[in-house]
Amino acid sequence: MRLRRSGTDAVLVEVDSTGAVEAVRAAVQAAALPEVVELVPAARTVLVTARPGGLPAVRRLLESLRPTDPVDLPTREVVLPVVYDGPDLDLVAATAGLTPDEVVRLHTGAAYAVAFCGFAPGFAYLTGLPEPLRQPRLDSPRTKVPTGSVGVAGEFTAAYPRSTPGGWRLIGRTGAPLFDPRRDPPALLSPGDRVRFRAVR
Amino acid sequence: MTALDRPADPLVRPRTTSPGDRSVTVLRTGPQALVQDLGRPGHAHLGVPPSGALDRPSLRLANRLVGNPEDAAGLELLLGGLVLRANTSCTVAVTGPSTTVRVGGRDRDSPVHLRPGDELTIGTPSRGLRCYLAVSGGIAVPAELGSRAADVLSGLGPAPLRPGDELPLGPPTGVPTGADVLPPLDIPDELVVPVLLGPRDDWFDDPAGQLRTGRWSASERSNRVGLRLQGTALARTAAHRGRELPSEGLVTGAVQVPADGQPVVFLFDHPTTGGYPVVGVVPPDALPLLGQARPGTAVRFRPHG
Repeated sequence: MRLRRSGTDAVLVEVDSTGAVEAVRAAVQAAALPEVVELVPAARTVLVTARPGGLPAVRRLLESLRPTDPVDLPTREVVLPVVYDGPDLDLVAATAGLTPDEVVRLHTGAAYAVAFCGFAPGFAYLTGLPEPLRQPRLDSPRTKVPTGSVGVAGEFTAAYPRSTPGGWRLIGRTGAPLFDPRRDPPALLSPGDRVRFRAVR
Repeated sequence: MTALDRPADPLVRPRTTSPGDRSVTVLRTGPQALVQDLGRPGHAHLGVPPSGALDRPSLRLANRLVGNPEDAAGLELLLGGLVLRANTSCTVAVTGPSTTVRVGGRDRDSPVHLRPGDELTIGTPSRGLRCYLAVSGGIAVPAELGSRAADVLSGLGPAPLRPGDELPLGPPTGVPTGADVLPPLDIPDELVVPVLLGPRDDWFDDPAGQLRTGRWSASERSNRVGLRLQGTALARTAAHRGRELPSEGLVTGAVQVPADGQPVVFLFDHPTTGGYPVVGVVPPDALPLLGQARPGTAVRFRPHG
């Protein structure tokens, strides 16, 4: 674990794995320091932003952490209903050497976790994708991916909370309300949540 | 860095009000008129940018002048140019770069009281970029994630204002403080921007030296997401050339260096994560002037740490 300065009020914690990212994020969340303004996990880092003057308390906490310590935080499980009729389902199946039905069984059979959010409000990067579904992005991104599209890219799977450009291979779509700025909490998925997909017609 | 180029996708328009409510009506705008407050920090883990006024001291001052709490919503006016009609008695203040304020065609000092039917015209500043307007009671469009700020990256908050938009006002909560002297914002010809090295200064050869000796100008592709600079390309170390960085969290003021070496200083509508190394971070005090830098403004860095 390495601490890197990120301006006057933040520190970037660098670790070796997504598992260690979740451990650091969960530990900082569990400590519930009033000084912490933002807690942003990513692929190999956790950014902790403090309110003005609050950085020393944050650093003291981080220096006392061992990312291997178990953290007892309640986890939520969210089930996303998916219609598996995405435009790239056949491509994903062919790349994996599977039938489309087998892709659906693999995708619905795995247990996922929200590693981090980014790209757009409520866009959650889910880890736990079965190996055959870990595939590259499209050579040419789509200019418009419809809201609710479910895709895979690299080690991640995700659902698009709203229509944006995007290069993920799309295997289905969900009607789950992923992001609503008038709702509290606004995002259906938050870092640390457990997620499963269920096939529907 | 596709996130910078993502078109805004506004989700809501300002609601119209019913007769009897306090409101103002937008009759004309300049190039961009946005509702802004102090933003919605605390949601970066959901992918939500902080947003809010780029020149926060100017919005806070405008609010104080009309008796509002400093975090009330006002308008951020790119190159001024706003005309609005008061539908109720209210006090307005205009801050930021010096510009003209007219009521019914006559030059007035700000803050100024408006009666129902009065038309306020804000001129175009000759220097700087963004004027701020506060109205007593604050702009009371619905909040999203605790803020009324229009976020051009994520599309949260009210859409950019258009002629005909009627903006509801909240109830006035305080007494306008007034001001003996309101010094106009001083906009320098050349910005000398302090930057604290890190978190990825080790990706660059002599980062302090490169930042100190480089020369840039503000690009016309700059916006509320970031001040894009053009000029000296910052060179990575041999070991980091061609390397990819897994996306990581970004703070406001981060100086990100894309593959072409031309730095971008992220402002308040910045993406919450980014995949290019951040050589250093501009401290909060120095950010307001970055939101006032016109395209072509000369920019230098003063690295420390």
